[in-house]
Amino acid sequence: MLEVQGIHAAYGQVQALYGVSFTARPGEILCLLGRNGAGKTTTLKTIMGLLPLSEGSVSLEGEVLNLLSPHEVPKRGIGYIPQGRRLFPELSVAENIEIGLMTRGEGKDTRDWVLDLFPRLRERLGQAAGTLSGGEQQMLATARALCLRPKVLLLDEPTEGLQPSIIALIRDVVLKMKAEGIAIVLVEQRVETVMAIADQAVFIENGRNVDAMSAAELQADPGKLKAYLGV
Amino acid sequence: MKDAAKSNALHFGVLATLLVLFFVLPPYHAGNLSRIMVLAIYAMGFNLVFGYTGLLSLGHAMFFAAGMYGFGLTANLAGWPVVPAFATGIVCAAALAAVVAALALRTAGVSFMIVTLMFAQTAYLVVLYFGEYTRGDEGFVVQKAARMIGEIDLTTDTARFFAAYILFAICFLGLARVIQSRFGRTLVAIRENEERTRMLGYDAQRHKLYAMILSGAVSGVAGAAYAMLFGYVGATFASVQYSIFPLLWVLLGGAGTTIGPLIGVLFMFYLIDFSSSFTNAYMLIAGVALVLLTLFAPHGLAGLVRRKVFAWLP
Repeated sequence: MLEVQGIHAAYGQVQALYGVSFTARPGEILCLLGRNGAGKTTTLKTIMGLLPLSEGSVSLEGEVLNLLSPHEVPKRGIGYIPQGRRLFPELSVAENIEIGLMTRGEGKDTRDWVLDLFPRLRERLGQAAGTLSGGEQQMLATARALCLRPKVLLLDEPTEGLQPSIIALIRDVVLKMKAEGIAIVLVEQRVETVMAIADQAVFIENGRNVDAMSAAELQADPGKLKAYLGV
Repeated sequence: MKDAAKSNALHFGVLATLLVLFFVLPPYHAGNLSRIMVLAIYAMGFNLVFGYTGLLSLGHAMFFAAGMYGFGLTANLAGWPVVPAFATGIVCAAALAAVVAALALRTAGVSFMIVTLMFAQTAYLVVLYFGEYTRGDEGFVVQKAARMIGEIDLTTDTARFFAAYILFAICFLGLARVIQSRFGRTLVAIRENEERTRMLGYDAQRHKLYAMILSGAVSGVAGAAYAMLFGYVGATFASVQYSIFPLLWVLLGGAGTTIGPLIGVLFMFYLIDFSSSFTNAYMLIAGVALVLLTLFAPHGLAGLVRRKVFAWLP
């Protein structure tokens, strides 16, 4: 279980988060929602240790993460797929996956598992990651994060700019991860995706929690969701 | 054939070609091979941090010089035999690289370039300051007695070639192995996207530190080998010029390729050798060639081959 409690963070002198809190439970999808600039990506970066906390705490299964070096956080079992994928473009698909596997010493079983989730990657193993299509790059970024066998998966707008068939595939994989008991924190702007898969939604504005809704509440009042997302 | 097998075939093919060339080339060119291989070792050391890790050091001459003086001073002044003197050269270079890297890696980008350049300038001034021992700009000649391994006289062309060849082969195959290892793949990942590599659980700072130490040690091998095989130690090798050379060689040959450094040194060596035979403005010709290559082969000669023909090129 990932517990984010009252985190404050800043980019230099500019304060970006003012006490964001939520709890992501195993086997649940928590959608982190808000307009552009609300602080969603900053929250994920702060969880990963890329931004220092000035107040609050981030803990995974009781272990405080914000006292660790950033490179130790993924080893504890947090996979992060940033906006824009951030692959290693000159490395092949196989090498990108290998880098992911090496982190926690995962082997062939995990490799086969992620390639079974994304069969198209199996056909592209020797190809440079930078030459893949946008959808394939997203698959690879997701596959690489899954190579950590994470307990928690942080996804920052994974469906942005993708065609519907790839969006459906990514959505299916997220649901499979949920079924495997992974806690998922998803930053998403698509109303239909949130409605379809969220177990809970946390709304952020100007770096603060402003509301939270369960799946049932989302279904009962979709207008509220649209209002928060500004669509 | 799998890519790993192709890479091995290429590496052993290069080594076999060098061996054959020594026996078939005229004596002048066969003699040049030793110098080219030693300088290529230096370029390979530089390539590890620049081509594979993405760190642009402008101070590698200090590591080359540390190896050179580590060997030359212990062999000449202390009268140490070749092997311990050579090992001292390597240890000096690796230790210096560890200290410099520990400080310089607190910076990045342009700051890293400037910090390494400043350290190298300091090392150069230290060489001049201790002129009583180093003989400053003038340098000193390594005595023939300090260039003997048992009965093997390293001042002869054949022994010199084989000593350079063995050292080159060890560094060439060793670094190729390192690059294919988990450590090497992580260095490439750092070069591609350091933050992302950290987010996958890698201590990028520690990897960069180890890369710098290994690079410094390999540069030290080249420096000690140069002193041992060509018998001269001088402050010129600690100057900024010798920090720029490996950058040019690697850019020309192909950064981030195993054979690029050798190609770059070979190309540059013969470009200057050839052009200086008919004009004093040979550096101008070298400059024009560099500009043309940068325009038409920005990834270097081996990089061009990798992009156009052999994508598997290591």
